[in-house]
Amino acid sequence: MTSEALIDYVKGLLGDKTKWADPEAGDNFLTVASEDWKNICQTLATDKKCSLTYLRNFTGTDYPEDDEIELTAHTFSYSEKHGLIIKTRISREAAVCDTLSKIWPAAIWYEREIFDLLGVSFNNHPDLRRILMPEDWVGHPLRKDYKQQETYRGIPTTRPA
Amino acid sequence: MDAMVEQGPEGSFVLGKVDDLLNLARKNSLWYMLFGTACCAIELMQTGGPRSDADRFGMVFRATPRQSDTLILAGTITYKMASRIRLLYEQMAEPKYVIAMGSCANTGGLFQESYAVVNGGDLFLPVDVYIPGCPPRSESLIEGLMLIQQKIEKEPWLKKAWTNTKNPKDPQIEGLL
Amino acid sequence: MTTVIRELGDEQRELVLNMGPHHPSTHGVLRFVLHTDGEVMRKAVPEIGYLHRGLEKIAESTTYPGYVPYTDRVNYLEAMFANEAFSKAIESLSDIEVPERAQYLRAIAGELNRIASHNITIGCITMDLGAITPFVHLLRERETINDLIEALCGQRVTHHYVRIGGVAYDADDNWLKQVEKFLNHFEAIIEELDNLIVYNEILVKRMADVAVITADDAVGFGLVGPNLRASGVDWDLRRDMPYGIYPKLDFDVPIGAGEKGTVGDCFDRFVVRVRELKQSCRIIRQCINNIPDGDIIGNVSRKIKPPKGEVYSCVEGARGELGVYVVSDGTEKPYRVKWRSGSFSAMSIIEHISEGLMIADLVAVIATLDVIAPETDR
Ligand code: SF4
Repeated sequence: MTSEALIDYVKGLLGDKTKWADPEAGDNFLTVASEDWKNICQTLATDKKCSLTYLRNFTGTDYPEDDEIELTAHTFSYSEKHGLIIKTRISREAAVCDTLSKIWPAAIWYEREIFDLLGVSFNNHPDLRRILMPEDWVGHPLRKDYKQQETYRGIPTTRPA
Repeated sequence: MDAMVEQGPEGSFVLGKVDDLLNLARKNSLWYMLFGTACCAIELMQTGGPRSDADRFGMVFRATPRQSDTLILAGTITYKMASRIRLLYEQMAEPKYVIAMGSCANTGGLFQESYAVVNGGDLFLPVDVYIPGCPPRSESLIEGLMLIQQKIEKEPWLKKAWTNTKNPKDPQIEGLL
Repeated sequence: MTTVIRELGDEQRELVLNMGPHHPSTHGVLRFVLHTDGEVMRKAVPEIGYLHRGLEKIAESTTYPGYVPYTDRVNYLEAMFANEAFSKAIESLSDIEVPERAQYLRAIAGELNRIASHNITIGCITMDLGAITPFVHLLRERETINDLIEALCGQRVTHHYVRIGGVAYDADDNWLKQVEKFLNHFEAIIEELDNLIVYNEILVKRMADVAVITADDAVGFGLVGPNLRASGVDWDLRRDMPYGIYPKLDFDVPIGAGEKGTVGDCFDRFVVRVRELKQSCRIIRQCINNIPDGDIIGNVSRKIKPPKGEVYSCVEGARGELGVYVVSDGTEKPYRVKWRSGSFSAMSIIEHISEGLMIADLVAVIATLDVIAPETDR
């Protein structure tokens, strides 16, 4: 499907649960409420006409002004050759969301990465641990207000003059 | 090295220091550990490859720390990796030398501002030779290894081994391992 | 390697082995925790992050052109593609036109880089499975490519050649001739490689029917590039979502056919890469024959301020789709950059497919999936 046709189709499929961005530059995306996050992803992945079976990229962005973290999933379909970007926003303090790992196994590691770098935890995730940083690391580096510790296990984190 | 060749009744012999003899042997079999962390490791690999051929100078790579004399810090060192590198260093037998290859291992280089990168190998290891470059070419790496050879040449190794002096440059970091 | 024996009761006795992060066959700093009964694995759990350099956070404090050198380090075996992916993202966000000559040069440099990267991969696969000679031969060829690329842009590993809006340096006719000369030489080497190693009995036995990845699994776990094609999914970004000059070029996309065993086994992943070498040569030849004269960089100001918005752009690198997601808030610096790399997903599938494999097979799996540390960790 072309991207316009896909947008129309998804609008029909999901009804009033969709919110489209329509930006001036760059990609268009769909925002959904975090309660519907898992169900909508499930629908889009299994629906015959969408068949978005490939999770291309899954990440988060921190927006401290809005006190929210935005999760962005880029999905794609090899058979139909179309892609869709789905987003949701969750609060910064609580920072929990449902896992997508049952829908796309690729999400297992992407969610571990988001947990590690942004501090978002996922309900029912099979293996939620830090992935890139060491287990005893303090803080979540990709949050905008992240401050580094002065030493890590005795190694200074700035170069002495 | 200073040595005298003397004529004796049953043939000629050499008079010299034992240190010099040991150093001659050590210098010409400088084995480095096959260990790279990032981009510089690609050049490290090419150094052992057909064109640069470090074998010519008696430098061959070994896969285990127990058999190697030189640890080459080839690439970016992250905090997660630092304790592992220190462990590898502890496993090497004395005498041992450390080369910091590339700006990352020297000072953190491009990644000095990053939260995950150690700002220089000398913060947790005693570094003997620093090689600049991003990445240094294989010729520079060979030059660095040759500097280590020159250092070996001058070392009073026997004396050092007996007195068991600690390397004064070695940063003592508790809790790293 | 350290070992731990867990006493669990007779049938469940488990030997936990640590492999890496310093291990000659893990290609850089990868680490695995193997749960075995001695020889057969229950599972192999990959541990990554030993080369996590925080490239994504650094982007938030550098300007757009200033970030391009960092993209070299996303994958130092194929720096051209990461340069290109990032440049492409900014070009599409702020509507920058790339001159045609620059697009041709990107394709030539990119395919040369692909050959160089595959040389290392193929060499490493054979070396890990016991044959050292092909590795040294291929390293020799790689040196020639390094020389060519150095003549083009002055760097052997971290190229920084593709810039936002075009490329950094022009190539003269003499350089193009030398590339052609190299291709004449290299095409003979590909044939030699076929005779020397590809169908070697030992190699085939070590790889055929080992660690089969089905097409569904491959798509579900997000495998890309040669790994995906080896599982029988016919997909190549250069052909199916064309960018740059690729729509004008004619080339085939090799896919796994289960030549010696099952579709999606280690041998397929190996052979797909060998076949790609030839296609890359074909692409470069066409580019050299058709390259037009003209500018090499578009009209780009020194200060790039893309409009507010976000974009995901991807190119087909040597390890498949190499994508970058850029969020711009209208200032000189990106608000968020995220890299999507083939090795990350390839690494995540290892735990799933490792059950029941021998420990020695794991080496074949890592080598043929072609995981390298900078891409998984970034
Ligand atoms: S010095 Fe440069 S080439 Fe070497 S590891 Fe650091 S970034 Fe990579």
